[in-house]
Amino acid sequence: MPSLVFSDVWAQFDTLLSGLLQTVWISAVAIVLGVVIGVLCAVARSARSRLLRVLAAGYVEGMRNTPFIVQLFLVFFGLPGLGIQITAIQAGLIALTLNLGAYSAEIIRAGIEATHRSQIEAGAALGLRRRDILLHVVLLPALERVWPALSSQFVLTMLASSILSQISVEELSSAGALIDSRTYRSMEVYIILAGFYLGLTMLFRLSFDLAGRFLFPRRRAVAVRR
Amino acid sequence: MPVVVAEDVRKSFGSLTVLDGVSLSVSEGELIAVIGRSGSGKSTFLRCLNGLETPDSGQIIVAGHALAPGEEALRALRQDVGMVFQSYNLFPHLTVGKNIELAPRLVKKIGKAEAADIARSVLAEVGLAEKYDAFPEQLSGGQQQRVAIARSLAMRPKVMLFDEVTSALDPELTGEVLKVMEGLSRSGMTMLLVTHEMAFARKAASRVVYFHQGRIHEQGPPEEFFGAPKTPELQQFLGAVL
Repeated sequence: MPSLVFSDVWAQFDTLLSGLLQTVWISAVAIVLGVVIGVLCAVARSARSRLLRVLAAGYVEGMRNTPFIVQLFLVFFGLPGLGIQITAIQAGLIALTLNLGAYSAEIIRAGIEATHRSQIEAGAALGLRRRDILLHVVLLPALERVWPALSSQFVLTMLASSILSQISVEELSSAGALIDSRTYRSMEVYIILAGFYLGLTMLFRLSFDLAGRFLFPRRRAVAVRR
Repeated sequence: MPVVVAEDVRKSFGSLTVLDGVSLSVSEGELIAVIGRSGSGKSTFLRCLNGLETPDSGQIIVAGHALAPGEEALRALRQDVGMVFQSYNLFPHLTVGKNIELAPRLVKKIGKAEAADIARSVLAEVGLAEKYDAFPEQLSGGQQQRVAIARSLAMRPKVMLFDEVTSALDPELTGEVLKVMEGLSRSGMTMLLVTHEMAFARKAASRVVYFHQGRIHEQGPPEEFFGAPKTPELQQFLGAVL
């Protein structure tokens, strides 16, 4: 029975590392932009304008009911057909961001809908503007409420970034495939790759937890019941 | 010159008539205790006074502001009318201090330092100066309700509305809230409170108003009101609650 030999794979550590860094920054940018889109869409879905509500719902349902790889190919192969030239990384970022935007919109909407009417009345009774109530009384507590669910979605986005290897983005999975083709050590390569993703996931979760404590002081002060 | 004037206020929810022509005039510094059975319209009336409910007809003028539709008109009125709710309605994600500072900062555009001074001073008024950095869930119900009162006071309202503010509290916590309200009344604040605390109404109110079937059925100074109720409905009601 053949034994596992990792040395050939470790010899290509530079390739792995550059793939890892690519994965981290693409994920980070997609998460930041995606959550912005998510907030806007969640708010739009409860807007007074019917047009806004329909547009937001259409986008969210469209993204949530099609495979990510199809969305990615639509952006990467579809946009050039419309005369819009983009690089693989740009296409990957757009697709990841739009995908996360839709999923996070649903999560944030759930948080918004959990806001008790009495909170809004308290804001109104204090003379707050509608938009101030939306931001300070509805949205910020909603984000705090759904932060754990959002964090999980962020991690899924990072893991989904591995699919960008299909359009030749040189992220972590792509680096693994490259090393595999050079060394023919598939088992070793993908064991290491899985370990890297696992480590990244833990690192991301830790960062989101710390970010949550920073963004939502109550999470620091009070043991939040989950 | 009355601070609150309501004339022939009517309000229905679907086919249910909740307010059936309510008129009331409140002078500066008065403490009006509004009592009545559940569903008699007393809370709806209070909520009409700051526009949380829109009357179907009738006129309401509070602190010089006529109740009118439109966000700006409502906001102008609400800046002068504080309201405290049964379930406190503090903002759970903000500290006590930030709860109090939010409206002065956003509505009156007061600076951070000055807003903090106001917050500390109103907290001292309700006896909770040391809770500035606490979160609402770290406080007892009575303390949360006192913070809610402080939050209203921070806007320096001319009238304060209290909607069954002790109904969710244990008897032992009720006392501390009533004490704050009594002090507030003594300082000259015009107050309307919907309450089931008959002893408090008797002791602190300048006038007691009895709501029955969407109307003001009887009203008067507490001694007379409780001592010699004129209508059989009030007699029956007092007989049941006292």
